[in-house]
Amino acid sequence: MTQAVSPVLELSGIHMAFPGVKALTDVGLRLYPGEVHTLMGQNGAGKSTLIKVLTGVYRPDSGNITLDGKPIAPDSTLAAQNLGISTVYQEVNLCPNLSVAENIFIGRYPTKRGRIDWATMERQAAALLSQLQVQIDVTAPLSRYPLAIQQMVAISRALNISARVLILDEPTSSLDDSEVQLLFNVLRDLRSKGMAILFVTHFLDQTYAISDRITVLRNGEREGEYACSELSRLALVNKMVGVTVDASAAAETLAMAVTESTTQDNAASFDSAPLGAPKDFLQARGLGRKGALSPLNLTLRAGELLGLCGLLGSGRTETARLLFGADKADSGSITVAGRERNFSSPRDAIAAGIGFCSEDRKHEGAILELSVRENVVLALQARMGMLRAIPFKRQQALANDYVKWLGVKTASIETPIGSLSGGNQQKVLLARWLATAPEMLILDEPTRGIDVRAKQEIMDYVTALCRKGMAILFISSELPEVLRCSDRLVVMRDRKACGEYARGELDETSVLQVIAGESA
Amino acid sequence: MNAPFSPATAATAQASAPVAAARTGIATALLRHPLLRPLAALAILLLIDLVCIPGFFRLEIKDGHLYGSVIDIANRAAPLMLAALGMTLVIATRGIDISVGAVVAISGTVAAMLIGGTMVVNHGVPEYVSRIPMAWALAAAMGAALLCGAWNGLLVATLGLQPIIATLILMVAGRGLAQLLTDGQIVTVYYKPYFFIGSGYLFGLPFALYLVAAVFLVVAVMMRKTALGLFIQAVGINPVAARLAGLKTAALIFFVYVFCSACAGLAGLMISANIKSADANNAGLLLELDAILAVTLGGTSLAGGKFSLAGSVIGALIIQTLTYTIYSLGVPPEVNMVVKSVVVFLVCLSQSAEFKKVWQRMRARKS
Repeated sequence: MTQAVSPVLELSGIHMAFPGVKALTDVGLRLYPGEVHTLMGQNGAGKSTLIKVLTGVYRPDSGNITLDGKPIAPDSTLAAQNLGISTVYQEVNLCPNLSVAENIFIGRYPTKRGRIDWATMERQAAALLSQLQVQIDVTAPLSRYPLAIQQMVAISRALNISARVLILDEPTSSLDDSEVQLLFNVLRDLRSKGMAILFVTHFLDQTYAISDRITVLRNGEREGEYACSELSRLALVNKMVGVTVDASAAAETLAMAVTESTTQDNAASFDSAPLGAPKDFLQARGLGRKGALSPLNLTLRAGELLGLCGLLGSGRTETARLLFGADKADSGSITVAGRERNFSSPRDAIAAGIGFCSEDRKHEGAILELSVRENVVLALQARMGMLRAIPFKRQQALANDYVKWLGVKTASIETPIGSLSGGNQQKVLLARWLATAPEMLILDEPTRGIDVRAKQEIMDYVTALCRKGMAILFISSELPEVLRCSDRLVVMRDRKACGEYARGELDETSVLQVIAGESA
Repeated sequence: MNAPFSPATAATAQASAPVAAARTGIATALLRHPLLRPLAALAILLLIDLVCIPGFFRLEIKDGHLYGSVIDIANRAAPLMLAALGMTLVIATRGIDISVGAVVAISGTVAAMLIGGTMVVNHGVPEYVSRIPMAWALAAAMGAALLCGAWNGLLVATLGLQPIIATLILMVAGRGLAQLLTDGQIVTVYYKPYFFIGSGYLFGLPFALYLVAAVFLVVAVMMRKTALGLFIQAVGINPVAARLAGLKTAALIFFVYVFCSACAGLAGLMISANIKSADANNAGLLLELDAILAVTLGGTSLAGGKFSLAGSVIGALIIQTLTYTIYSLGVPPEVNMVVKSVVVFLVCLSQSAEFKKVWQRMRARKS
């Protein structure tokens, strides 16, 4: 199909460098009205940087941006918005303590005689949200709603700005399937009205469900632009990765790295763990907390990966937080290695040999302004106590080793973790826990918002750890991933555990039925 | 200058190229050093003093003591430097302590009342007698300061009050308490050994400076040899993540408030020993604001996280030098405060990232 219309937004020859890193090299992008254009690429391929150039957060070192053929140079997000370029960011950037309506209209409150017209604002907010089929109390503070609803609010905020170009930077990473469908319906509607939509995602299914065209970035360069119908999934993955990955070989090197790391980090527990019969490591009996989780029983065994799946808000994260002592349980008991424990803080759980990677990397995991090294040693240092400082050389060695073993892409171990891409931050946080040589690891959505390859690497690493005798609780919304990795699987629904299944008992269809509450 | 171009100069030019590159590397590292701005501000002030105040840098030895404007400034800045050191750690945890002045009043009052002191002439030799042994009095005063810190720490760390409100309680109540103790009167001390803390000399330098140096060293060593610095930064940047990584966040926050009050208590002893009395109404009045200012001038952000102890000490010196300069230049007292605020405004502006961006944009537009 030849494009008779001209692109509404065109970028060409964009160069952008940060100290030590070339983020973008001669990148171009064309957006036509009435299309959904997907931007794909691995972590660190330059997607986020390109979006930030487009929306005026960064100014490129060189290159042209034209809107309707006229050159533009937005120097702030506000300037970009005024030009008609609206963005919904990967992580929800809203004010949790303001009401939903205020969040949608912030900075553009409708006024009447110089005063804010609250009635109109609330009515319009409700109308905007109902376009997305979300019916909520718009006067309630945003923080009262789950992440998925907050995402919807962010999208309706972008829609309210009379946008010509809508940019969605991984809007679906915290949405469940039905919410994604809802979002796609809205996008199709907007597309038919002639809006140009730039969509960034890691999910292949979603890419093929909605896109008209795809631009692939790799290592800060444009790999190519393709019509969606002419590019097979396999071809797309190959173009993103750049080489045909030999999965088994990659797993082999990782397993070797694990052996190396465990012997070096005196994780004696790994070596002594019998690889044959799995031993119970942690047992939770009737563990619960009012308003968060109905009492449930869970057993984690050394060398076994226990999957936990269910919809958002089904009680997965709540379970993890109770097991880790982040919240206090008001019923039930936890037994670790035969001894009954009462976790009143994460410290207690860490002392018992448990580590926890939270789903909310930015707020509960990374200490953004501290360096990679400091982030790696933090939990180990906390466990050793404040007075026994880990010698600087040892800290460097630890950080360097993990950066190497986990393949963290960073300019140096003294770089602040905040300037790393999401997948690399996740690897550093994984390193933080591995450094404490835990016997059990709780991973809450460890692969959310990170690219295919990093995802694969992290999962390979986790399964290798498991084979070495670690007990792992793995929480994920991605069903294929959970089904593939778990030795046992617990399905949760409405803050209750509604069934435990052995490997192979469920497939993608039947697990959905259990999650949805239909008898399998 | 048109020197003839010779092969020899070419060779040296070539040889020095990598050296020059290395030098620019060091130069940029120095330019990016966080202490550069506060040091530059202090240097500019001192330069003004050098030009405008005759004999500013002159040092004299009288009775084995070193005298001079510079010594005088450092000596007078001692209480502020202490308060700023304590405030630095509090601010690094995202907190603030506005009760510093009140704690100064309390510790000074407790020490002065317990020492009291009279001069007794025994066989023609004057002797100073304190009400209770001075060591006990000092310990009691420091104990009172630690109690104040524990109170602040309890409110912030355990009860989760907003730091500014929590310490506001002591700011108001503390000075009131000190006034109750003294019945609103100024308590005069007649006990010479006590004065040593405020105006004594040791090895030619004011004793107060040794106290400041000792506190600075102790804290610096704790930062170097323990993980305190890392933990305080982690808590200041992201308290939720720090707790999940296994840090005792509440204990850490409690500690910094106790430490801040301990510094304030020591500053209170210095101030009351210096004026040989305890003035519950005015001792350390608004010292907390100067301390916060010193911390900010030193480059520590009020948003918490990264902090600089040395920066805060330099900040305190900037404030004291500024006061000294204004008085020495004979600026009328009524203009004094305005001049001070303008200078502080300029220094803060030079540290603002936002202003830097605007400045660069303006320069880019011109060229």
